[in-house]
Amino acid sequence: MAAKRPTPASSGKTKAKSNVSPDELKKFYREMLLIRRFEEKAGQLYGMGLIGGFCHLYIGQEAVVVGLEAAASEGDKRITSYRDHGHMLACGMDAKGVMAELTGRIGGYSKGKGGSMHMFSKEKHFYGGHGIVGAQVPLGAGLAFSDKYRGNDRVTFTYFGDGAANQGQVYETYNMAELWSLPVVFVIENNQYAMGTSVQRSTKSPSLWERGAAYGIAGEEVDGMDVLAVKDAGQRAVAYCRAGKGPYILEVKTYRYRGHSMSDPAKYRTREEVQEMREKRDAIEHVRQLLLTGGHASEDDLKAIDKEIKDIVNEAAEFSKESPEPPLDELWTDIYADA
Amino acid sequence: MATEILMPALSPTMEEGTLAKWLVKEGDTVQAGDILAEIETDKATMEFEAVDEGVIGKILVPEGTEGVKVNTTIAIIGEAGEDMSATPAAASPAPAAPVAEAAPAAPVAAAPVAPVADQGPDWPEGTPMKTQTVREALRDAMAEEMRVNDNVFLMGEEVGEYQGAYKISQGLLDEFGAKRVIDTPITEHGFAGIAVGAAFGGLNPIVEFMTFNFAMQAIDQIINSAAKTLYMSGGQMGCPIVFRGPNGAAARVGAQHSQDYAAWYAHIPGLKVVQPYTAADAKGLLKQAIRDPNPVIFLENEILYGKTFEVPDLPDFTIPFGKAKIARAGDDVTLVSFGIGMTYAMEAAERLAAEGISAEVIDLRTLRPLDYGTVLASVQKTNRCVTIEEGFPVASIGNHISAYLMQNAFDYLDAPVINCTGKDVPMPYAANLEKLALVTTDEVVAAVKSVTYR
Ligand SMILES: Cc1ncc(C[n+]2csc(CCOP(=O)(O)OP(=O)(O)O)c2C)c(N)n1
Ligand SMILES: [Mg+2]
Repeated sequence: MAAKRPTPASSGKTKAKSNVSPDELKKFYREMLLIRRFEEKAGQLYGMGLIGGFCHLYIGQEAVVVGLEAAASEGDKRITSYRDHGHMLACGMDAKGVMAELTGRIGGYSKGKGGSMHMFSKEKHFYGGHGIVGAQVPLGAGLAFSDKYRGNDRVTFTYFGDGAANQGQVYETYNMAELWSLPVVFVIENNQYAMGTSVQRSTKSPSLWERGAAYGIAGEEVDGMDVLAVKDAGQRAVAYCRAGKGPYILEVKTYRYRGHSMSDPAKYRTREEVQEMREKRDAIEHVRQLLLTGGHASEDDLKAIDKEIKDIVNEAAEFSKESPEPPLDELWTDIYADA
Repeated sequence: MATEILMPALSPTMEEGTLAKWLVKEGDTVQAGDILAEIETDKATMEFEAVDEGVIGKILVPEGTEGVKVNTTIAIIGEAGEDMSATPAAASPAPAAPVAEAAPAAPVAAAPVAPVADQGPDWPEGTPMKTQTVREALRDAMAEEMRVNDNVFLMGEEVGEYQGAYKISQGLLDEFGAKRVIDTPITEHGFAGIAVGAAFGGLNPIVEFMTFNFAMQAIDQIINSAAKTLYMSGGQMGCPIVFRGPNGAAARVGAQHSQDYAAWYAHIPGLKVVQPYTAADAKGLLKQAIRDPNPVIFLENEILYGKTFEVPDLPDFTIPFGKAKIARAGDDVTLVSFGIGMTYAMEAAERLAAEGISAEVIDLRTLRPLDYGTVLASVQKTNRCVTIEEGFPVASIGNHISAYLMQNAFDYLDAPVINCTGKDVPMPYAANLEKLALVTTDEVVAAVKSVTYR
């Protein structure tokens, strides 16, 4: 095992610490709910033909980005795959701009030229949105390289899936990230499936994060259905990177409720399996119960939040329908930056 | 409030489907996420989930119905106790997007341009010159740019302590240190991706590929990440990076180490592609490439590294992209080439002159952007054209120039354009076969005689 594996990683698992304020709990509830409602709406707009192509929903995985964003500081960077809507909302990008990109309109973050899989925000340090499985991993290490080169203490969150974890470039990147002590948190969002292939059918490795040990990279496994545990592990990872110790791997165990993309026949897992996760492990329900049982919020308080989120999402959907398609001369812009 | 449930589009190509089975009935209360129905598309049977909670009021399309168009109302959902008996008159189509304005003229890569050769001098008249190898010129270009911009760094295999596999980075580690002259492990895909990420992060990486043959390991990061991100981000995220290294056949290194990638990279919108011949061009164009805010593919050639040329003795000069050079003026035929192809073109022009044929030789220097104006002006004068390159013949740079001339100078051509290229075979090792596989000066001379009917 990695010599510098930090405590408390003896079992590779972390327990949630309940050192979180009621306000922060409410914030988690609100942010996770925003992602879920946004994605449900996106699925609906897809069904209406307003969103085309590939559209990968994040429903079920909300605690991962919300927990990790809670561990990030201003100026930290993030990059992910095509399953990116949740990451954008969690880092503060505007729901209207994201939804309008899904519908391919000028008001979208990429003026309608990127689509669901390709969105960016310099302002929020969100570097995409990448459609090639695994390609964002060296890119993320490169972003971390740029911060290290400049001598600041920024950290880059580089998200990828359990399927992407079998790409060679991930391990090329692990090697250099550790060699050069790059401040990058590799976040493996292990939702247990790569399209229709379960982790058990794609690898004999018992755990994905432990592969980092071969390169000397520290890491741990995290319960990705528990936003508090995610935040806790995220803080540990960030502290490690900021201290200049190099990269850190978080394998976050999560689950996607919906199909891989909108056109997934879902024949590779049972309905009972999905139902079980939804009913017993749902991350939003978990926080909801913490709020209610802890006396931090009443049903009415939560209803008010639900309403607030619904309004944001409806407004985003309206905007995404009303925003015009890009003017036709946009076909020829943004191919080259002016020299 | 009652809402209509519409027949969903469940794949990127679905227009209609079969409502195979209802899993709810009228009066059922459903939660968001509950499965409402099974729908058969052209590809699969899919489950269709409720997006909101409510009570199923009316089912309008019975199960088993085939050919249900996307966006047809298939059921009504509302709140408990609500009257939902009123059936909507017709399917409500999804709102169409507001219409965009009329299409502007398309600036296609090979759109007609004015037949103008911009032959302003690359440096002021009377500039003192010095003799340099291409190798030294490339090194000086990097060193000069690294001195003025701290964000420029060099990364690649053996660029530091080894001083460069082909000694292009000689002395750079000493001058700039290991922070800016970075030896990488042998991991092209990985370090190309890291460099692209660093460019997204605002740095100006120079990535040296030991040779461009190995850049195929990194091609995804070059094309999909470096070249396309500016567009995909609506102009937000540029990638100021240079990928450089020797390209094309060296000598006797066999098929896997001897390929010219000019046409591959020139194919890609979002990349700029440079292939210099002389040391002065190598220096001026590399400095320009390092300053350019876009990804630049800079194709060098091992055989040219040791060749000497006159280079302006100036503290700073650059050569703009998209400006071809008339390397030799002539009237009877236009020879278009670039990089090491220029060796054959210039030799052929010399031999042809002895036979009384005056050839104009154009060195394209950059393949993207390509200086169509200079080629066009020359062909309008000579009415004949031969292209020369070492790359494979199919979908070559010469093919593209031929097509361009056919479309834009058809009435000026007195003969079909001939493309002299490498042969359509993997590079053989045997000395005699290797020679045969490359383009030869004899072939260029023969092509010129053919187009001039001599
Ligand atoms: C290089 C590459 N190969 C294949 C695909 C097609 N593809 C898209 S997503 C996907 C599954 C990836 O699964 P995972 O990494 O677990 O991420 P998840 O979708 O679960 O978030 C595949 C095979 C691709 N986009 N890129
Ligand atoms: Mg997965």
